Amino acid sequence: MKYIIAIIKPHKLDDVMKALEEINVNLMTVSNVLGRGRQMGVTEVYRGAKEAGSLLKKVKLEIAVNEDFVEPTIQAISKSARTGEIGDGKIFVLDLPDVIRIRTAERGVQAIG
Amino acid sequence: MNSGDTAWVLISSALVLLMTLPGLAFFYGGLVRRKNVLSILMQCLIILCVITLQWVLYGYSLTFSPDAFKGIIGGLDWAGLRNVGGQPNADYAATIPHYAFMIFQCMFAVITPALIIGTYAERIKFSAFLAFTVLWATFVYNPLGHWVWGTGGWLRELGALDFAGGIVVHTSSGISALVLALLIGRRIGYDRRTFTPHNLPFTVLGGALLWFGWFGFNAGSALAANDLAANAFVTTTVATSAAGLTWAVIEWIQHKAPTALGAVSGAVAGLVAITPACGFVNPMNAIFIGMIASGLCYVAIAKVKSFFKYDDSLDVFGIHGVGGIWGTLATGLFAEKAVNEAGADGLLFGNPGLFLTQCMLVAVTIAFAAAMTWALFKLVDVLLCVRVAKTEEIVGLDLTQHSESAYTLVD
Repeated sequence: MKYIIAIIKPHKLDDVMKALEEINVNLMTVSNVLGRGRQMGVTEVYRGAKEAGSLLKKVKLEIAVNEDFVEPTIQAISKSARTGEIGDGKIFVLDLPDVIRIRTAERGVQAIG
Repeated sequence: MNSGDTAWVLISSALVLLMTLPGLAFFYGGLVRRKNVLSILMQCLIILCVITLQWVLYGYSLTFSPDAFKGIIGGLDWAGLRNVGGQPNADYAATIPHYAFMIFQCMFAVITPALIIGTYAERIKFSAFLAFTVLWATFVYNPLGHWVWGTGGWLRELGALDFAGGIVVHTSSGISALVLALLIGRRIGYDRRTFTPHNLPFTVLGGALLWFGWFGFNAGSALAANDLAANAFVTTTVATSAAGLTWAVIEWIQHKAPTALGAVSGAVAGLVAITPACGFVNPMNAIFIGMIASGLCYVAIAKVKSFFKYDDSLDVFGIHGVGGIWGTLATGLFAEKAVNEAGADGLLFGNPGLFLTQCMLVAVTIAFAAAMTWALFKLVDVLLCVRVAKTEEIVGLDLTQHSESAYTLVD
C-alpha cells in the first residue's frame, strides 16, 4: 500500500478528480494549503494569489491506494494537473504500513477502498 | 415646495442607492463561488459610478426631458443637467426640487443594469460588461423609461400603470437577462455539478438590505411624504412578507425543509411583484400578489429553468422577469381608484381596459428589451468578446479580471 500526496494548482482540482474517477480511484482527502517551490512563489501567468509573503494557494490531495493502483494514480494526476507552467506542483509517494476502517475495524488492503 | 416631501425623496434616493450597494452586491455576491465574489461587488460598484455619470450627462435628459420625437425619446435639453435645478418641475413633482427628482431617478437607472449582472455572473469579461452596461442603459433603459414615465411618452399616454418600476426596471432587466443567458452560454462545469453559493449569510444580509432599501424605491415613488407613500410602504412590506413565507412553505412541502435561500428569494420576488402595483392596490390584495409571485417565480426557477437548461446563474429572469411581469399584470387586476385617484380601476373593479393595456405594456417591453439586448450583445461580442477565456473562467474572475482574491487562507 502507498500513500500518495499531490500538491496541485487549485484550478486543476476538477480535472484531477475527473481523471481519478476514470481509473476508479474515488477516495481522497482534499485540503487548501499554502506553499512554495524553488521559485519562492514567483508570480504565475494567472497570478496565484500570494499570501504570507511568498506563499501561493495550492490544493493538496491525499490518496491511499493498493499497489496495483499506484502507477495509474500517479499517471492520472500528472497528466490532468499539468499546464507546463511553473507551479504545477509535485506528487509524493509514501509507504503505508497499515490502514484501519474505524466503523468495522477492518485492516490493511480490505480497509483501503 | 414642501420640506417634508423633499426630505423624504432625498432619503429615498439614498435608500435606493443602498439597494445596489451593498444590498444587491451582497445578495448576488453570496450566491457565486469564492473565486468570483469580488467581481460581483466590483460590477455593482462600477455600475453605480458609471451610470450616475451617464445619467447626469445625458441619460436623464433622454428619459425625462420634454419629448423630442413622437413619444419615443426625450431630447437633450437637460443634458449635463442644463435647465435642471433647485426649483420644482411641475410635470413630475411639484413640491420637491428638480434635483431631488433627478437624483432619485438616477438610483433607479443605476440598479436596473446591476440586476442584470446575475445572469452572466462568473464568466463575463470586465471590459465587455462595462461596454454592455453603458449601451444597455442608453438604448434600453433610457427609451423605455421615457415611454412609460416621461411626459409625452407613448405608453404613458395610453394609460399604462407602473408605479415604481415593475416594467421599466424589473421586466426589462429580467427579459434582457434571459436573452443574455442564452447568448453567453452555460458556465463551465454546468453539466457535471451544481454551483453552490459560497456565503448564504451574505445573501440573506443582502436580501434584507434590499427589502429595507425598497421602501425608498416604492414609497419614495409617491414623490411626496403623503398617504400614497404610506400605502406603498404598507403594501410593499405586506406583499414581501407573504411572498417570503409562501416560498418557504412551497419548499417545505416539496423538499421537506424550508431554506434560508428560498425564503429570501421569495421575499425578493414579492418586492419585485408589488413594485408596479404598490401605489394602486390595497394591502389585502398585496398579500395575494406576493403569494402568487412566489409560486410563479418558484416554478420558473425550480422547474422551467432546469427543464430548458439555460444558465441564468443567479435567477435574474426567474425573479425579476417573472415577478415583474406578474406584478404589472396584477396591477391591471387589482388597481383601484379608491387607493389612488390618479390611477385607474383594474379588472376586478370593473375595468377590463386597464388589464389589456397592462398586457400590451408587458408585450412591448418583452419585445423591445429582447431585441435590443440581442443586438447590443452581438455588437459587444464582436468588439470585445464578451466571455472570458476558458482558463480565466476556471481560475475565477477575481484573480483574472481584478488581480485580487477575497479570502485568505491564513490570518
